[in-house]
Amino acid sequence: MAAITDPLEDEASRRRRLGRWFHRQGYMQGIIAIPYIWLVAWFLVPFLIIFAMSVATRTPTAPPFGFGGENPLLNWSHYERLFTDSLYIRAYLTSLVNAVAATALCLVIGYPIALGIARASRSWRSILLMLVILPFWTSFLLRVYAWIGLMGTNSWFNEMLTAVWNGLVPQAWELAYVPLMNTNAAVILVTIYSYLPFMILPLYANLERLDLTLDEAAMDLGSRPMRVFWDITLPQSVPGIIAGGMLVFIPACGEFIIPNLVGSASRPMIGAVINDEFAYARDWPMASTVAVALLFLLVVPLMVYTWAEQRAEDKARAREQEG
Amino acid sequence: MKHRPWFLYTMVVFGLAFFYVPILSMIVYSFNASRLATVWGGWSTKWYGELFQNEQVLEAAILSLKIAVVSATAATVLGTLAGFALARVKRFRGRTLFSGLVTAPLVMPEVITGIASLMLFILMAQWIGWPQRRGFSTITIAHITFSLVFVATIIRARLLSMDRDIEEAAVDLGSRPWQVMWDVTLPVISPAILAGWLLAFTISLDDVVITNFTTGPGNTTLPILIWSKVKLGVTPDINALATITVCIVGLGVVVAGLLLNRAEKRRQKDEAMAYQENR
Repeated sequence: MAAITDPLEDEASRRRRLGRWFHRQGYMQGIIAIPYIWLVAWFLVPFLIIFAMSVATRTPTAPPFGFGGENPLLNWSHYERLFTDSLYIRAYLTSLVNAVAATALCLVIGYPIALGIARASRSWRSILLMLVILPFWTSFLLRVYAWIGLMGTNSWFNEMLTAVWNGLVPQAWELAYVPLMNTNAAVILVTIYSYLPFMILPLYANLERLDLTLDEAAMDLGSRPMRVFWDITLPQSVPGIIAGGMLVFIPACGEFIIPNLVGSASRPMIGAVINDEFAYARDWPMASTVAVALLFLLVVPLMVYTWAEQRAEDKARAREQEG
Repeated sequence: MKHRPWFLYTMVVFGLAFFYVPILSMIVYSFNASRLATVWGGWSTKWYGELFQNEQVLEAAILSLKIAVVSATAATVLGTLAGFALARVKRFRGRTLFSGLVTAPLVMPEVITGIASLMLFILMAQWIGWPQRRGFSTITIAHITFSLVFVATIIRARLLSMDRDIEEAAVDLGSRPWQVMWDVTLPVISPAILAGWLLAFTISLDDVVITNFTTGPGNTTLPILIWSKVKLGVTPDINALATITVCIVGLGVVVAGLLLNRAEKRRQKDEAMAYQENR
């Protein structure tokens, strides 16, 4: 029988009725349970294994770890090694330096691009956005590979760079080629290339919504364009800067492919150390400990991000209530 | 006359050059006759010919496509359910954990996800005897898990921005809730479902790190094959392979974008017409 609705019944109760029906039939439980169980089994459980493994003891068995018995139940020695062995401290610092440098440079390069797109005419905007997103859809691996071709010692790009360098510096400093491949600089360069769209897109989303009447008012009152930018545009785009910064910093910290292909073997990042401990040293507990340490490096900026987002939401709500 | 920000426009042009010059250079060098990948030796298409006769490459490509289709389809189903649960059910037991599980894989470094999954698979083989061999099934499970959260994010956002009045109108007109779901909600979010599938498909097709940990001997996907070759240096046949991939993906994205755009425009027109007629 078709439901006959009371015209006085309000929106909320109608919505509730729809929701109640799903609950009564048990469909809602199914809708929730299926992805829930999947994620617990294949994401949460492996995640917990990492934590448990980090306090296990390495043994010459297969799989190479043990708890209890003649081994201590909770073995904290790997965390001790984390802070005393210079290998881990250096890898930690390299990851941090590379990620911070890549994020800062992405911001410096990406901000004017995002602002330029936001200030372009409406029809140009969608074309430019499409052009920024398109390389992001093509294979990540192939984009790294494209740079290997450019950075090699006798490529046209390297020859061009060498010519520029030799033209600028005194004769004693002249080079046969610019050493780019297998350096830390190469890692930062390719990281910027790979993650720049992640900086541009949230910045654009933020800048596009800004109210230009404020700019015009400031201009009318005699502010110069640079002044308008510092006083009006930049402060309003802080949420976009934080979002873009997170989206670049987090993957850049744990990056594995880029340093593996273009980086220097003598300055490994954390991802490579985790892999080496696991695959070559067969030290599962130590690999897990380094993994936990990497997660802590990511948790701090994530908390800042959540906090900033929460604050922005609260502000918006407060403004709505006022208005 | 408004002030034109020439500096910004110049930066946009430089930015696009930065994005496209490496890719264009790779495409040009795929037509290089010389075996030395970075030295120009005239035009040739011989690397493409060699590529199509390389059985290793073809096998890897087929395996990659199989995994991508299966995992994208499963991830779309699971991700749609997860997105629906998060957008529509305000309170249920374990909601905080659930929303955490849907967000965490997005920020988890791939090395950690990969090693954690591998440890789980090895321990499972020890305790319950499955999986005896790692390959198609283990790679697919890992791909489903980390691409479903992207689908869930897209679906959740679409459901939250959806106009719920039309659902209520259907209820008022006597539709049963199940009919509302099939006739109203799903058609409205179908572009988001398609976008989610495409994203899951490309994520799976592109993945190196997680596949590297969850694969077993004899199961080489295309990215793994390329990775192992690239480690040895730049070769012209990889340039050719890269060019084909970039062209297919570029074409696919442009076509999908145009189709989604047209569907959206038609929907808006329909809505506007329905609104006019009912005035």
